[in-house]
Amino acid sequence: MKKHAIEISNVSKLYRLGEVGTGTISHDLNRWWHRIRGKEDPYLQLGQENKRDSKGGEYVWAIKDVSFSVEQGEVLGIVGKNGAGKSTLLKLLSRVTAPTTGSIRARGRIASLLEVGTGFHPELTGRENIFLNGAILGMTKQEIKSKFDEIVEFAGVERYIDTPVKRYSSGMYVRLAFGVAAHLESEILIVDEVLAVGDAEFQNKCIGKMNDVSKKEGRTVLFVSHNMNAVKTLCTKGALIERGTLAATGDIQPIIDRYLTSDAQNTRVLSWSDADKPTKGEIELQHISILDSKGRLDNAFTTSDDVFVHVGYKLKEDLKDLRITASLLSYDGAVICCTSDFTFQDSARLRTKGEYESVLKIPGAFLNMGKYFIQVEIDIPRTKLYFKDITLEFMVDEVVENQLGVTINPKPPGLIHPILNWQINKR
Amino acid sequence: MSALHTEEHWDIEIKPTESLFKLDFKSVWQYRDLLWLLVRRDFVAQYKQTILGPIWFFVQPLLTTLMYLLIFGRVAKMDTDGLPMIPFYLAGVICWGYFSESLTKTSDTFITNANIFGKVYFPRLVIPLSVVMSSLIRLGVQFSLFLVCWIYYLVSEKTMQPQWGLLWLLPILVVLMAGLGLGLGVIFSSLTTKYRDLRFLLTFGIQLAMFATPVVYPLSLAPEKYRWLIVANPFTSIIETFRFIFMGKGQFEWSYLAYSGVVTVVILIVGSMIFNKVEKTFMDTV
Repeated sequence: MKKHAIEISNVSKLYRLGEVGTGTISHDLNRWWHRIRGKEDPYLQLGQENKRDSKGGEYVWAIKDVSFSVEQGEVLGIVGKNGAGKSTLLKLLSRVTAPTTGSIRARGRIASLLEVGTGFHPELTGRENIFLNGAILGMTKQEIKSKFDEIVEFAGVERYIDTPVKRYSSGMYVRLAFGVAAHLESEILIVDEVLAVGDAEFQNKCIGKMNDVSKKEGRTVLFVSHNMNAVKTLCTKGALIERGTLAATGDIQPIIDRYLTSDAQNTRVLSWSDADKPTKGEIELQHISILDSKGRLDNAFTTSDDVFVHVGYKLKEDLKDLRITASLLSYDGAVICCTSDFTFQDSARLRTKGEYESVLKIPGAFLNMGKYFIQVEIDIPRTKLYFKDITLEFMVDEVVENQLGVTINPKPPGLIHPILNWQINKR
Repeated sequence: MSALHTEEHWDIEIKPTESLFKLDFKSVWQYRDLLWLLVRRDFVAQYKQTILGPIWFFVQPLLTTLMYLLIFGRVAKMDTDGLPMIPFYLAGVICWGYFSESLTKTSDTFITNANIFGKVYFPRLVIPLSVVMSSLIRLGVQFSLFLVCWIYYLVSEKTMQPQWGLLWLLPILVVLMAGLGLGLGVIFSSLTTKYRDLRFLLTFGIQLAMFATPVVYPLSLAPEKYRWLIVANPFTSIIETFRFIFMGKGQFEWSYLAYSGVVTVVILIVGSMIFNKVEKTFMDTV
């Protein structure tokens, strides 16, 4: 059995919202008065759940009773919505601030990369900053010296190494900063959203480096990102944070799926728990989802991918002439087309009692880049309407293939961008 | 699962609050390279893109000394214990300059470094220590200026009687000045994270405190009735002793010096206690 690199037990963090102002001194005095009499801090009980969109009291639990452990050499992806408490958790782990209750224990040094370039001094040269930044991150001078060439090569800034970093482009700055951090000899590395900056080539380099760090060197990495592709390529395990509490831990794929299907995160899927499945008459809706050809929910579509709309439902009785209709709408709500699984063939007109899934395939090389809506309607024509206007949305992220061949050109005009047949005839 | 590991060794334990007296000097030592690099950074970055560079170290005390010479010496005609005015004022200026610079710069520790502190962990005490050390370099440079000036007056005028036997006290004086600046600075920096009012208090407080310290006048000039007030200032005996060592005039008393030592130690202990308490969670209030 592998050893645990980090153990987090019952960690909570209470924050006070609003400005720190004149109220502070009275609260401090009150707290002190309670402590003298051996009573609990009165403001701990006032803490409320971390929900950013609802109004409430002044005190909020940014993180509440979070416990989990990370094995050595594991790459743990921490996912969650903005404001769910991911960064607070990382701040606690990197000892930027202390938890209100609970404890965290770790084996080895923890180095955090919460924001690249921390402690870079604009007036100092790249060389001086490598040493300074390395030291801030906890390396000794000797360690930095031995890694110096590697860092400079990784960042690709040999030419500018003796120029003050204030003259660097922002990309160079980030490369250098990440280079220093990635070459740290800490046993535990914490990385928060660094991939948001830098070009694609550099992002791949970073992911590659982090992979090396964990797989070859056996170090533990905690990685926070909203980029699910990066999380999936890097991480083996995941932790989902929702409203300040730990919603799930385990293998990364189920965690990502759960994150993507959690409320309002992404409407590529609608699913319901057993208790509240929408039911109208004889039909119980089970799920509606927009998947790729491999049945994945989290993958981005390109224009060449087939898009599948799955509608799962259960018939409590036999039904004749049932029709599932899907409308494809453009981002501004214009109906592009409308299609249904209705069939006039006699044998298929009757659907007997049981569970069904109707799957619509929108072929590749048909949609343009952009956002689309799918509206689902279930009815028996001219007889009965069961469900109406159930809306899902999905994105097509890039144009990969059209008449120009493989391309990443700007978005072509038009609601759709099918590859159609052309014949060129010379008269 | 976790019960299995509880008795094993953990390198880092993060808990809500630790005892007031647990000062982590071990980790400060681990980060000693950072300390030196910060000192270097302060020194190098300060004079980048200046033409005169470190010569500015000399200009400031020289001009201040000339100013005092004109105002307190020529206009107000204040006595200097019969000592030549330039070394007299210069001694006060560089000692007080070192103390006040250490104090004001360390008192901003948390606010000016909030950006770094909010991103990575390292022993917070490293920053105030680096400030005191880089000011120490400045003091060293300025002290050489004082020495040149002192030697000139020692040769040309015979009014000064250096107390060679007490020269060993000089490093102790420097330690006392550093300790006072660091201790008070750390106390102020810890309190200003929540209550910024203290910053305003400090800026003019230091200016006023200079006049409660024998910087521009000798202690012997203070009326007998109020002298205890000035002696109660721990910095008084430091400056008086400094002058006594080099110029042979001044109110040097072992008891005064011992008093300064005790006050410095108390301030340092109180300061590190407060700092220790604040450094864990100051990011939430700064």
